[in-house]
Amino acid sequence: MEAARKSAQARLQAMGLPQRRDEYWKYTRPDLLTTEDVAPAARLILDEAPLFDSVERLKIIFVDGVFDAQASDDLTLEGVEISQLADAPDWAQGLYGVLEENGQTPVARPLAALNSAEAEQGIVIRAHAKVSKPISLVYVRKSDASDVMLHHVVRVEEGADLTILENGPAAARLNSVMEVDIADKGAFHHVRAMGRDHERRAATHIFGRLGHESVFKSFTLTANGKLTRNEVVLEINGDNAVAHVAGAAMGDGDFLQDDTVFITHDSLNCESRQVFKKVLRNGATGVFQGKILVKAGAQKTDGYQMSQSLLLDDDSQFYGKPELEIYADDVMCSHGSTTGAIDEGAMFYLQSRGVSKVEAQDLLVLAFLDAAVDEIEDEAIAEDIRSRLEGWLARRRD
Amino acid sequence: MLNIKNLHVKLEEEDKQILKGVDLEIGAGEVHAIMGPNGSGKSTLSYVLSGRAGYEVTDGSATLLGQDLLDLEPEERAALGLFLAFQYPVEIPGVGNMTFLRTAVNSQRKMRGEDELSAGEFLKIIRAKAKTLKIDAEMLKRPVNVGFSGGEKKRNEILQMAMLEPKMCILDETDSGLDVDAMKLVAEGVNALRNEGRSFLVITHYQRLLDHIKPDVVHIMANGRMIKSGGPELALEVENNGYADLLAEVA
Repeated sequence: MEAARKSAQARLQAMGLPQRRDEYWKYTRPDLLTTEDVAPAARLILDEAPLFDSVERLKIIFVDGVFDAQASDDLTLEGVEISQLADAPDWAQGLYGVLEENGQTPVARPLAALNSAEAEQGIVIRAHAKVSKPISLVYVRKSDASDVMLHHVVRVEEGADLTILENGPAAARLNSVMEVDIADKGAFHHVRAMGRDHERRAATHIFGRLGHESVFKSFTLTANGKLTRNEVVLEINGDNAVAHVAGAAMGDGDFLQDDTVFITHDSLNCESRQVFKKVLRNGATGVFQGKILVKAGAQKTDGYQMSQSLLLDDDSQFYGKPELEIYADDVMCSHGSTTGAIDEGAMFYLQSRGVSKVEAQDLLVLAFLDAAVDEIEDEAIAEDIRSRLEGWLARRRD
Repeated sequence: MLNIKNLHVKLEEEDKQILKGVDLEIGAGEVHAIMGPNGSGKSTLSYVLSGRAGYEVTDGSATLLGQDLLDLEPEERAALGLFLAFQYPVEIPGVGNMTFLRTAVNSQRKMRGEDELSAGEFLKIIRAKAKTLKIDAEMLKRPVNVGFSGGEKKRNEILQMAMLEPKMCILDETDSGLDVDAMKLVAEGVNALRNEGRSFLVITHYQRLLDHIKPDVVHIMANGRMIKSGGPELALEVENNGYADLLAEVA
């Protein structure tokens, strides 16, 4: 592990921290993620049932970025081995930092290297079978100016099936990395909700490697937060694999949310799908940088990429940079990126049936986001996420 | 029921007068039809009455059951009992037809100070009404009007009308894009809703719809006003001779 950390440190030294002038940070200023001093972020107190409360799950609690054994459930569960990063078994030590390093080309991701070099907390999970319930990582926050780094390592063995949930305010500033290695026929499901404190900053990376006939599905809800940069970097190395990445974001005011996705197809007959939806108001900003790279020989690739934003007023903005780079000749790739306002025709139609203006707008906002939420396979979890969206809208009704 | 006096309307965006003094009085339980050449202002009249943005009333009044309509929001007009069956029903991806209808019904009930219908009660009522309009469960589950054929969209409009039980129904070219069988089905749906307390304003280009929905009064609209009113025979006259003679009469 020490060697992996040193090597990450060397990578970071070579590339340096992200700068404003970096092309990859054109729309999102990295300053707040890299400063020495960490500004506090006020904690948002809401009278609302905790997320995933109705879901049968194994809870692992981190308080200000430190594992809390007392508050967590017993970590024994059939079909899966769970340990702390500090006690990582050999297999995890061999994986730590490896997928992150792979993900540094062709684009540098310095914050992830920083994380590999310095993170001391995180969870290490290896699934051998279909795990009976989701592993739920809950990030509690007690300190006002916490600066937290988490590094999780996940291995889904052949034919295994694992779901990981993540939620909670986490920190004033969070830097998290999750490395996910999925063996042949393995399935990995991931649903997370970013912290909702208005002033919090977060930079997250998920690095995934997909084997033959494996499945990777990840959904992220971002409601609130001053700055959120969520990067997902996937390498599809096995034939017939499926990768879906989706996100719903809701921003009001001082909010910038950035989804940066890089999916590399290096195998036959694989499918990747990106669905990102953002609802923005009062000057909130959304960013999408998504790339599908189809390497020579990755025939029959089916790549789909959709990023859409709904701007509820003239002050909000969306920057989209969809990219396709294709070196195989027998592939199907499509992408679309749209920005628009609420459909006036639909508003009038709803109102003419007696639905009030506020209710009509909420209905259309939820409908807009639903294509992303629909990517969550588990209906109970999807419902939980939907209720969060509804709550967010309800709190903003006049 | 509906009382329109000297209604003058222009487009907000450009200085173009569309309605130039419309007078219309529809009593409770009556069915009135409006026919007229393209551009005469028929659809504008339906939009202005239901409260669509983009129009400015420059003179005149419109009341429903004695209440001024023109100052109300579209949803308040709906709660008061006004319903517009759209010529082009709007597709709303992501909103289930059933959710939409239940929200609409309960919003209106809430505005009128009535109890909301429970999911169970609502389901029972909508199933029965959908059946008579040959709308299957699948169509109720799909997003509002998305992927519906022309006929399905119009049937869906009538289903909404049946569920909302309005007092004043405006049908804006409900027959457009319908084949003969679909038109019959829609007309039957409308006729089933006819009663002493409910009035209809049927806007159409063709007399054949009026074979199925028999009007009490037929109005001819041209150039932003009603130029002639009469019985059902007036529609036949238009069908046979076109509008030229009528327009010449008032010129």
